[in-house]
Amino acid sequence: MNAATTDTHHDDHHDHGPAPGLMRWVTTTNHKDIGTLYLWFSLIMFFIGGAMALVIRTELFQPGLQVVDPQFFNTMTTMHALVMIFGVIMPAFVGLANWMVPIMVGAPDMALPRMNNWSFWILPFGFAMMLSTLFMEGGGPAAGWTLYPPLSLQGGSGFPFLIFSIHILGISSIMGAINIVATIMNLRAPGMTFMKMPLFVWTWFITAYLLIAVMPVLAGAVTMLLTDKYFGTAFFTAGGGGDPVMFQHIFWFFGHPEVYILILPSFGVVSEIIPTFSRKRLFGYSSMVYATASIAFLSFIVWAHHMFTVGMPVSGALFFMFATMLIAVPTGVKVFNWVATMWRGAMTFETPMLYALGFVIMFTIGGFSGVMLALVPVDFQYHDTYFVVAHFHYVLVPGSIFAIIGAVYYWLPKWTGKMYDEKWGKIHFWTSTFFVNLLFFPMHFVGLAGMPRRIPDYAVQFADFNAIATIGAFGFGFSQLIFVYVVVKCIRGGEKATDQVWEGAEGLEWTLSSPPPYHSFTEQPVVK
Amino acid sequence: MTKTNRIASALAGLVAAAASVPALAAWDLNMPKGVTDISHKVWDMHMLAFWIMCVVAVGVFGAMAISIVRHRKSRGVTPSTFHESTAVEVVWTIIPFVILIVLALPAARTLIVQEDDSGAEMTIKITGYQWKWQYEYPDSGVSFFSTLSDASREARVRGSGIDVTTVENYLLDVDNPLVIPVDTKVRLLLTANDVIHSWWVPDFAIKKDAIPGFINTMWTKVNETGTYRGQCTELCGRDHGFMPVVVEVVEKDEYEQWLAARVAEQDEQRLAAN
Repeated sequence: MNAATTDTHHDDHHDHGPAPGLMRWVTTTNHKDIGTLYLWFSLIMFFIGGAMALVIRTELFQPGLQVVDPQFFNTMTTMHALVMIFGVIMPAFVGLANWMVPIMVGAPDMALPRMNNWSFWILPFGFAMMLSTLFMEGGGPAAGWTLYPPLSLQGGSGFPFLIFSIHILGISSIMGAINIVATIMNLRAPGMTFMKMPLFVWTWFITAYLLIAVMPVLAGAVTMLLTDKYFGTAFFTAGGGGDPVMFQHIFWFFGHPEVYILILPSFGVVSEIIPTFSRKRLFGYSSMVYATASIAFLSFIVWAHHMFTVGMPVSGALFFMFATMLIAVPTGVKVFNWVATMWRGAMTFETPMLYALGFVIMFTIGGFSGVMLALVPVDFQYHDTYFVVAHFHYVLVPGSIFAIIGAVYYWLPKWTGKMYDEKWGKIHFWTSTFFVNLLFFPMHFVGLAGMPRRIPDYAVQFADFNAIATIGAFGFGFSQLIFVYVVVKCIRGGEKATDQVWEGAEGLEWTLSSPPPYHSFTEQPVVK
Repeated sequence: MTKTNRIASALAGLVAAAASVPALAAWDLNMPKGVTDISHKVWDMHMLAFWIMCVVAVGVFGAMAISIVRHRKSRGVTPSTFHESTAVEVVWTIIPFVILIVLALPAARTLIVQEDDSGAEMTIKITGYQWKWQYEYPDSGVSFFSTLSDASREARVRGSGIDVTTVENYLLDVDNPLVIPVDTKVRLLLTANDVIHSWWVPDFAIKKDAIPGFINTMWTKVNETGTYRGQCTELCGRDHGFMPVVVEVVEKDEYEQWLAARVAEQDEQRLAAN
């Protein structure tokens, strides 16, 4: 008995807090430190990917080529997508999961802390390698993030580095996902049954399975590209008996679940924020869980809607059209449930709530154009035009990115123990919302009027809306500096946050101190 | 005039004004209606989907707006405690399902017509290259390349000093357009020689990928003569943005004359080469 007490005391002393200095961040196995690393990494990449977007928009400000070479323009569209998808949205969600999942299920840390360190730290190296291709002979990848052969096989000497960096990012994602699954399966507090888990945990649980299922598919597809280019295989070369369309099928078998990897955790975030600021329980909790699971299942059987124009049998096109349209049903249920949660609540509109409301409206607009895109006959008109660009940016920017920013505002007082500057948070929201619409809404019009995507120069009738979109892009980009200002200001000081932080907040994370102790729940809480 | 009538006529005026906006080329807001039966069907489908989405938007965003205005804490409301209703969930699962069926059925019908190229009166083979199109008329042996027009080619160079707004049909003009007869069902065979391209004419509402090693089929039957412009819509490398599609649709006899002239020209060239 006595020995046990001493031991506990010893452990307590030993693991009292983080190691001092920079090595804390290199060697850390703490879920909060790693979450923080992920989030900072993602913020830095957000500005890198954003700078690339501004290169694109600067070139497109006026018709005619003014700034960059068309090849470099293609490199920018390619790298912008890769950075934003693999370097911003995915790491940001993993960062949020690292911080919040153990706390929300009542665990002391992630289940596999050493692997957690590894899964983060290979990421900067992967991206350093990917970005280094910009300086190699032949330039960076320029075949679009979808890497369709034969075009992608025309890449320069950076090509194998790109493939290897994608492998690294994939390994990182898979390890992160395994860790999240292991944590949720094994470390839930007593009484925290599956159907009591917060929706953010649920959506991440499902997302993690999607990641484990499809990242190896991407790895396989890009490896086949590599052997096609360097080892004489002809998986995707018609001249050697291969099939360029097969790559698209494999890629999108990864790519469509990937799309939901980028959005399901946002559904979780929004399902946490809206009840808090409506002071009312989430409407239809179990239907939210089932809807998420249905969306995840459907994501595996709709991939060919990205490639209706490759020439597929009518029966195939019909199947993929019907399956795609079905996704609108569970997604609709989610949106209706959020609105029902607000209905007859007592709402207040702090910054996280503004972001969540912005998410619901603008993500839904992206969903509307999504349903339209599912209709094959009309998709022939929309496909590969700016209408598609408008669609997926609506679901990814005021969708995923807004949810991430909202989540940061929501949990920042918990993380830092201090309140952020509400006034500047709101200014950030309103400028972002104004400019994001100025940026992406006109893209619907030029797309419908016939402007293809991925072109560095365009016919003059598209000039006016492109000029407007470029103004929106700069406005949106610079608005994000406000975000950095608010976050840094909050870390450096501010009004002390209570443990509860938000009046209507419910859940285990709000029972811990703000900021939470280094080893979140050293004693398991009991959930009634 | 009653008040309601005045409001109605004001609304009608607004709608008319909004409808006339697309007449200004630079502010095109919507898809072109096009010049084929298929493009009209597609346009109707597009508008049906658009209006249905608008109605759903009014419902969802309207409910949100009412909530935001009325159910806010600053009005001193007490939050309700309801958080579940199977009946409601079932209703808003079934309603979207029905709406989707309303959309899916006409879409499926249109698709089946779009993909049926039987009864085509002539065939043209289109081959994509980096970065031009080749058009072949197998029946008469006519074959030629179609590349960006010189005026656009000069103006597009970085630092050319040419104001592109002064170039007629900038980036949408070619040296040799594809010529097809009006009111004729034309089958188009698509392939490519290097990488994947995609051939699109918005006014015909047809788009399909040209893939090396594959032959894709589509068809069109144009109802009005004229010049119709489109672009390559699959990223195909550096000059992807500079390989437009231009189709001239002419009267049938005019087409025969054009074809005969082409055949004669080609024979002459062949003789000269020998």
